Amino acid sequence: MSEENRKIAFICSKGNMDMVYPALVMGWAALGNGIDVTIFFTFWGMDMINKARVDRLEVAPVANTSMKMNLMGVDTGNLGIPNIMGVLPGMTAFATKLMNDKMAGIDVPPVREYLEMLVDGGAKLYACKMSVDMFDLEMDDFVDGVIDIVTASDFMDMTEGAQIVFI
Amino acid sequence: MTTKEIADKTVQVNEEGFMTDPNEWTQDIAAAIASEEGVSELTPEHWKVIDYSREVGLESGSAPTLRNITKGAGVPTKELFGLFPKGPAKKVAKISGLGKPEGCV
Repeated sequence: MSEENRKIAFICSKGNMDMVYPALVMGWAALGNGIDVTIFFTFWGMDMINKARVDRLEVAPVANTSMKMNLMGVDTGNLGIPNIMGVLPGMTAFATKLMNDKMAGIDVPPVREYLEMLVDGGAKLYACKMSVDMFDLEMDDFVDGVIDIVTASDFMDMTEGAQIVFI
Repeated sequence: MTTKEIADKTVQVNEEGFMTDPNEWTQDIAAAIASEEGVSELTPEHWKVIDYSREVGLESGSAPTLRNITKGAGVPTKELFGLFPKGPAKKVAKISGLGKPEGCV
């Protein structure tokens, strides 16, 4: 064991459901292994900590080549969800529900609860100053556990020596 | 596979120091591993977590994940990280004489 504790920092820049989970899963694993965790939310990633958005994150079937019909439990092999169907009203909600059900089926907590677990486990959450300004947000808009709104330069200072993962 | 002397007993461990036969585990061994892992005293709160993990581990064959422990044993996340600081996932499993947890959550 080295003297200095291993540190890892995630930059979450996306709000699509498939892109919000990697940092949560890896961050939780890191905490479980005794690694310090910092998460910086920027751009669309702000949705993850936005109280009004965190329970409404979605995944769209349009132009998503990995999302196949068999996600619905039908044995259709590599048959995709046609983009022309994906543009119909309600398809994004439908795909999102499928994904949420799959997640719940393997006991993966919803994003809000996952963030609470991470905070309780000692992860430090920060919001990006530029995104806060751009989206007209303030601290009151964020879920509990977000420590502060910081600049990119602050982030660089606070993650010295950390491994950084951009998502 | 190697063996290791813990609390005056010889037990089988893997290369990461996890016991490979949960039946060789005793409460004295738990206390000795805990102290090696920086948990100097095992309080009733610690035992609540360890006993639950033993129960799950012996039943399912692998150590429970942290979320399984918080939900199943009713120990809040914050408390679990306080009881077993710096890496509760591995520490709880090791102290409980089980392998590494196999789930992600």
